[in-house]
Amino acid sequence: MSVLVYIENWDGKFKKLSFELLSYSYGIAKQLNTSVVALSIGNVAEEELKKAGNYGVSKVISVNDTKLNQLVNQAYASVISQVAVKEEASVVVFANNLTGKAVAPRVSVKLKAGMVSGAVALPVSTEPFVVKKKIYTGKAIASVAVKSAIKIITLAQNSFGIAENPAEVTIENLTPVMADKDFATTVIEANKQTGKILLTDAEIVVSGGRGMKGPECWPPIEELAELLGGATACSRPVADEGWRPHYEHVGQTGKIIAPNLYFAFGISGAIQHLGGVSSSKIIVAVNKDKDAPIFEAADYGVVGDVNVVLPELIKLIKEAKGQ
Amino acid sequence: MKILVCLSNVPDTTTKIRLTPDNQSIDVTGVQWIINPWDELALSRAIELKEKNPAVIEKITVITVGNKETEPTIRKALAMGADDAVRINAEPRDAYFVAGQLAEVIKNQPYEIILCGIESSDHNGCTVGAMLSEFLEVPSVSSVSFLDVENGNVSLNREVDGGYEKIQTSLPFVAIVQKGIALEPKIAAMRGIMAARTKPLQVVEPANIEALTEVTAYELPAAKASCKMIGADNIAQLVDLLRNEAKVI
Repeated sequence: MSVLVYIENWDGKFKKLSFELLSYSYGIAKQLNTSVVALSIGNVAEEELKKAGNYGVSKVISVNDTKLNQLVNQAYASVISQVAVKEEASVVVFANNLTGKAVAPRVSVKLKAGMVSGAVALPVSTEPFVVKKKIYTGKAIASVAVKSAIKIITLAQNSFGIAENPAEVTIENLTPVMADKDFATTVIEANKQTGKILLTDAEIVVSGGRGMKGPECWPPIEELAELLGGATACSRPVADEGWRPHYEHVGQTGKIIAPNLYFAFGISGAIQHLGGVSSSKIIVAVNKDKDAPIFEAADYGVVGDVNVVLPELIKLIKEAKGQ
Repeated sequence: MKILVCLSNVPDTTTKIRLTPDNQSIDVTGVQWIINPWDELALSRAIELKEKNPAVIEKITVITVGNKETEPTIRKALAMGADDAVRINAEPRDAYFVAGQLAEVIKNQPYEIILCGIESSDHNGCTVGAMLSEFLEVPSVSSVSFLDVENGNVSLNREVDGGYEKIQTSLPFVAIVQKGIALEPKIAAMRGIMAARTKPLQVVEPANIEALTEVTAYELPAAKASCKMIGADNIAQLVDLLRNEAKVI
């Protein structure tokens, strides 16, 4: 028996997300009185793989094959399923991110394993195996019982803290069995923005809405983001008007994010916008309209002119940081 | 080429969610039902592709797992521009059940492109499309933000961290699509609504497939503590709260 967790690497390094997954998997393993096996696919150095040992993992299986350098859903599902069988995994854990969403359901069918996607906490019980998740874009919570012998869970972003549990970890290099038919898709071109913090990774996000008046008012938003080491975002009308690029749009029809801190400057707080940011740990709203719906979702609010409050906030944070 | 679009019947997204007294179900009294928004975008793109390439795209079929109450939603899809529909007569018990049912019907049919919205606005599962592709043993591409058919060639982009990748795939395949796939949903015009009444809607009985998960209870989220308001002339207090109370900066 084991809990198998798939940890993704980005250019050979694990991100905070991977350590959250390991911590979560360790929690489940404790509930089931078993151990955690982590699976990494890609070219990851042994030193990096060993980091998993800090989070209670007893074994890391590393699969490194050039054919798997790009995400090919069928092939990844095949490899992960093979390892799950080999390690007699009773639970397989993924992140509920782009990769998890693409691969975990295929593993579910391969292993005939019931799946809960977007879990928000450790199982509430193991017999029956019940996990809670948000539904109706956070308007309700469902307790889902998984009836199959093998269970698959994808963990919602930023819902489980990182917990260190140092353990002796062994690294196993594995050459999986792969079939050509599993490689029917190929990546012909990649187009990625580099250098800036990814919006979906950022712990702090500074966002602006139509209340900012115009694109020329954005430098303070960018300055605050830079000051706090965060990313910039915007509401849908701002992206539609072309004031900001589309990839900054957060909301139900844009990106869904879950940072530790979300600043909403000049954003009224329409339901569709809140759908994209309501999982943020702390929301700060600044709006000149005291009845703006954003204040119902925010933790801290200021009724005022964003173009006056924002520079003041920047000044005071700089002072607090001794700048 | 034939395109198949998988649809889910969901409550209108502005619905206030209420539970039945025993917390065992969502109270659906008075709920307005719609095509799941992501599936609607998928269908809109399929229709755009057919309008662009009438010689290449022969027909668009929509399919759903649902009981008779879902037929008005299916007719909406036909009114938008789908050519025919299949309804698998069963409650959608869980994603594995739904994907398995869809696969039983689809497996012997020649669809080159199968479209699924990435997520449904009710369960937010993001699972049926990829599960379906595994049941059918065909390739899947997820988070597809762009799909085009030109001279019989399929080109598509999928979102990745920080950008997108252009993908080439063999056919048939499942595209699990998200925002960007169509700019706006197609509106059903009066003529479409009239035509929808007579377009074929085939009902099939479900296959013997089990659900692997079950919802045992529902709850509403804990009410959020009300917003702490800070005066616009007292931003120093906000900074203090963020540092020392919330501890986020």
